[in-house]
Amino acid sequence: MTVGELSPGARAHTRLGARRRRVGEDLVKVILGAAAFISVLTTVGIVVALLFPALEFFGEVSPMTFFSGTDWAPLFEPARFGVLPLLAGTLVVTAVATVVCVPFGLGAAIYLSEYARPRVRAVVKPLLEVLVGIPTVVFGYFALTFVTPLLKDLGFQVEVFNALSAGLVMGVMLIPIVASLSEDAMTAVPNDLRAGGYAVGANRFQVATRIVVPGAVSGIVASFVLAISRGIGETMIVLIAGGTQPNWTFDPRVSIETMTAFVGATANGDVPTGSIEYKTIFAVGLTLFVMTFVLNMVAIRMVRKYREVYE
Amino acid sequence: MIAGTKRRGRASSLAFRSFLLLSLIVALTTLAVLVGQVLVDSQGFLDTTLLTSPPSALPDIAGARPAILASLYLGALVFLFSVPIGVATAVYLEEYAAKDRWYNRLLELNIQNLAGVPSIVYGILGLAFLVRGLGLGRTLLAGSLILTLLVLPTVIIASREALRSVPSSIRDGAYALGATPWQVTWRQVLPAAIPGIATGSILSLSRAIGETAPLLLVGALVYVRYDPTLTSGFTALPVQIYNWVKLPQQDFQYLAAAGIVVLLAMLLTLNSVAILLRNRYQKRW
Repeated sequence: MTVGELSPGARAHTRLGARRRRVGEDLVKVILGAAAFISVLTTVGIVVALLFPALEFFGEVSPMTFFSGTDWAPLFEPARFGVLPLLAGTLVVTAVATVVCVPFGLGAAIYLSEYARPRVRAVVKPLLEVLVGIPTVVFGYFALTFVTPLLKDLGFQVEVFNALSAGLVMGVMLIPIVASLSEDAMTAVPNDLRAGGYAVGANRFQVATRIVVPGAVSGIVASFVLAISRGIGETMIVLIAGGTQPNWTFDPRVSIETMTAFVGATANGDVPTGSIEYKTIFAVGLTLFVMTFVLNMVAIRMVRKYREVYE
Repeated sequence: MIAGTKRRGRASSLAFRSFLLLSLIVALTTLAVLVGQVLVDSQGFLDTTLLTSPPSALPDIAGARPAILASLYLGALVFLFSVPIGVATAVYLEEYAAKDRWYNRLLELNIQNLAGVPSIVYGILGLAFLVRGLGLGRTLLAGSLILTLLVLPTVIIASREALRSVPSSIRDGAYALGATPWQVTWRQVLPAAIPGIATGSILSLSRAIGETAPLLLVGALVYVRYDPTLTSGFTALPVQIYNWVKLPQQDFQYLAAAGIVVLLAMLLTLNSVAILLRNRYQKRW
């Protein structure tokens, strides 16, 4: 390793010619490190906040009942704590959203990376960014007041609140997320590979589908995983358009309740602290956190993989 | 036969290209229809009453003044809290941290993961620690702190990118003249990275202003008729919109649409500032 290749961090350690210790410099480093430590505390805080009430919950309701029960009615008498209806709701909405965002997100990415002229790109990319910036409560409103009536007009037998409408809108919301990450991965594929393809007579379609996409596959899959994780964690669209009616079904046309919608709808009511109803928020929250955590880790690893290959 | 393959190749090329265009059309048409629908629905309710009156059970005299004010306060507080902490973290990671140390790698992984934690989980954190643990109650301050934690990873990631885009020759030059690491950071690297940091911070700020779910958990879903203060109960504009959407009367749906127009206008203003900053001050090294 030559001096020019030293990382900034390493450079700070190997500074030359400082004859005495500079207290101010050390202090700065401590302050900066303390700021960085806040994000560690945040993670610890999330885990502690979720884990302890959730453990108390599982002291009263067995995990077996929780994870295998098909009846969710924690606020009723007698209360029932089977989380499967919430999981089914989450799964159906996310599945619908995935069906929308995976093909169209990838399509948009291929277009932007391989086909679009610079001037088209300069217009389309900011517009996609606008879509990312739209608050989820607005998407929820759109799903409830536009997409659901539209589905009815088109002859779908949907209820006022339904998983289909929420999932479709969520899918469109996720298109730019898939597109942007996939495009990054495709841009990282070296141009030599494309040139090689053209040199043996491939056309643009063949280069895109047989060279660029396979070359960027880990980044592309990472974008899918991340979008699914976002979908599972999304609250407002499903709370507004999907409903708050737990339903052990995989029919997207009926009202459902997702894990996030349950937390959102329950926590703003006046649930007494320390009650079993209050603790369900944390048990469901923990389940949600673990699911998205695993997906995020998978995505992060896959992104690192393609970065290692090409950068 | 060769000609046949060629024609088939051309057909599939064309089909593929059409599909790619369709992908963009789906996304952009939805955006256009959404904005159009909201504008049409908001007709009749998009007036000064909306901006100056408190909420009411009667849609005709109902407004969102307390919610709009609270959103502005929230935005200012989030900016005030998240930028110093976020930039300091980014400077630590980019300029100071030895990348081969396990704790620095863990820190980096931790931030990447935090960026993907569902916003409602941050709400649970706020409910457990800020509202109850610290005893802040269901106040504007608690809301702004939870939104700060929520956008912090985004601010950090954007600031790191801005710092990384400053060429190392700038740092090397300053070091060669005998500057200390902090002098290099404060006088050379940070000033050069400000446009990128500002753009990223403003974009995260607009995310905070549009966020609803975590605020539901720190108690923003209340009927507030007064102008909020730091330690009072509050309801933010997105929460007010959600509140109206939930009501059965059609007029409240239109009121929600009018609220959405105001919210989108606020976000559009912020994002335009961010883009303007980026275009005007971004340096190409």
